[in-house]
Amino acid sequence: MRAYTPKDDVQKKPYYTDRYWVAPQVAKSDVSEDAVFAADLEAIKAKFEVLDAYIQVEQMVVVIHAADNFSVLEMLKNELEYTQLSELSAIDWLAQEGKFEIFYQMLSMSKRKRLRVKCKIGEKESIQSVEKLFRSADWSEREMYDMFGVVINNHPFMKRILMPDDWEGFPLRKTYPLQGDEFAQWYEVDKIFGKEAREIIGPENRDPARVDRYDTERFARLGHEVPRGADISQGEPDTPLVYQEEGGVFMIDKFDAEKSVVISDRDR
Amino acid sequence: MQQPNRLRPFFENITFDRDDNELILNFGPQHPSAHGQLRLMLHLQQEQITKAHPDIGYLHRGMEKMAENMIYNEFMPTTDRMDYIASSSNNYGFALAVERLIGLEVPRRAKVIRMMLLETNRLMSHLFWLATTALDIGAMTVFLFAFREREYLMDLIEDYCGARLTHAAIRIGGVPLDLPDNFIDDLRKFLDKLPENIKDYEDLLDTNRIWKMRMENVGVISKEMALSWGCSGIMLRASGVEWDIRKEEPYELYDEVEFSVPVSDKGDNYARYKLYMAEMRESAKILYQVIDMYEGTGPELMAHAPQYISAPKIDIMTQNYSLMQHFVLVTQGMRPPVGEVYVATESPKGELGYYINSQGGAYPYRLKLRAPSFWHTGILTDLLPGHYIPDVVSIIGTTNIVFGEVDR
Repeated sequence: MRAYTPKDDVQKKPYYTDRYWVAPQVAKSDVSEDAVFAADLEAIKAKFEVLDAYIQVEQMVVVIHAADNFSVLEMLKNELEYTQLSELSAIDWLAQEGKFEIFYQMLSMSKRKRLRVKCKIGEKESIQSVEKLFRSADWSEREMYDMFGVVINNHPFMKRILMPDDWEGFPLRKTYPLQGDEFAQWYEVDKIFGKEAREIIGPENRDPARVDRYDTERFARLGHEVPRGADISQGEPDTPLVYQEEGGVFMIDKFDAEKSVVISDRDR
Repeated sequence: MQQPNRLRPFFENITFDRDDNELILNFGPQHPSAHGQLRLMLHLQQEQITKAHPDIGYLHRGMEKMAENMIYNEFMPTTDRMDYIASSSNNYGFALAVERLIGLEVPRRAKVIRMMLLETNRLMSHLFWLATTALDIGAMTVFLFAFREREYLMDLIEDYCGARLTHAAIRIGGVPLDLPDNFIDDLRKFLDKLPENIKDYEDLLDTNRIWKMRMENVGVISKEMALSWGCSGIMLRASGVEWDIRKEEPYELYDEVEFSVPVSDKGDNYARYKLYMAEMRESAKILYQVIDMYEGTGPELMAHAPQYISAPKIDIMTQNYSLMQHFVLVTQGMRPPVGEVYVATESPKGELGYYINSQGGAYPYRLKLRAPSFWHTGILTDLLPGHYIPDVVSIIGTTNIVFGEVDR
């Protein structure tokens, strides 16, 4: 029977599994331990519902409802001095709970604090663009759409950014294989030569580590050499191992200790 | 109206008949002064740009996807390929993020060596920036001078780790090697001469009439615009925001060394050029101090954390248990605790951040690379309109974007 591979997560899995190993946690501390963060959290809590808040690795994490994302960020920017949105992206939890987690990494230069706002949306749901607050979200949100297919409302120029415009599939989803899917392996052939050339050219090899044992064009067969391009799919000729030296080739002699000069004292 | 067919394809560079007399110019992706694979769609009225659409993705390798399919140590050489002008700073950002996730403390000698590598990389990057930008503007001499000095630094790095461009010179938990014998003497020789070299560049450029015409009051970024676009590094400091992560959120030994953060409020190309020059002097100052710190450090180079980091080579070769642990760490990889971390470092280009979400496995569940150049390319959308075609080249030059980092 073939081994079961889950279809909702095709990422590489570790070969070794340790069923008794319990992963430790990065320590989470209470927000009240940091006066600045505690004040910020109070201000957010006064206006919005906060699902969870804690400090991890010196940064506060605030989990909110996805519908509040614009207004919370607006408050952070205008009232709480988080003037820069340094990063924004998504995490794919579709296999576990059918949701994307979206995080906004904020920076306050006056307070020297970094804060992460997180929220979750379903696969078919959309999220409000924060481009009106931070221009940097323009490109980040395009990238998030490009990589995950997260739909964003009110974005001024929603278009793929890293992948070609006519690409199908969202590469950073866990369902997307590392080497690309079937669409990816025909993309360039179709684009450059047309679909009618598929038969002649064949699919693109997107696995740089692939070894084809019948390919005599690109792979050397040490000890079993055959002429380049020979078809060996139906069996191959026996290659007798013959070394040039054995026949006594001009200028090539086997090593002979008697004839050789041994340098005992190397001056380095 | 174009009638494209197979023999006469669509000419994307030219729109033939437009009522409003607008010309669309396709700049790149193979333009020599685009600093990599940048494609710009420029809408022009005569010579003036009315709209600009930067188009990226020509060097996209899916590093974040690759990271999800690799153990942590495997990913280290991949980070070299982001900002390949100063690759140790990428290595360092990643190593620091994983160390913060695990909670590792690095030995002092490793910290000193890391500081040396980071600052030499900053010098290399700034020299490279100066050379290429000056060449774009037409100053061939500066290009040759700056490359000469950069070559010396490359040799120095080669002495340390054997590589010139993709160093992979930093490991999670420390550094792999101690400094070679003549490293410090060679570095000091270079630093002693550097002020003269910088003065040479400045003599050639500072009052150069062409350089000033191309640089002064060109590509002015206001403070609000820089903050809103997520600018960092010199792009931010040239616009009047005093923010250097080395100073504000010090990592390694940056809180023990004396250096100042040059800031300008002009926001134009010339301000950025002056800041690059000033930063090179500051880097040299830091390096002098770090050289003096090296003497007093102990011999350890890697942190002691057997669960995550292999033991030193001598232990692996002599002690069975260290060998077993090394074997497990190489074949299975380290498994950091469950949690997430965002760590920002000041790379030569700006704020280089790594967001890691670990679910306790040997592969990161999600790794986001926050590369400064991404937004420094994005800002061209708002920055270029109103400028003229020759300004495009000088503006791209001073944004100091590297496409390995933009596309990742």
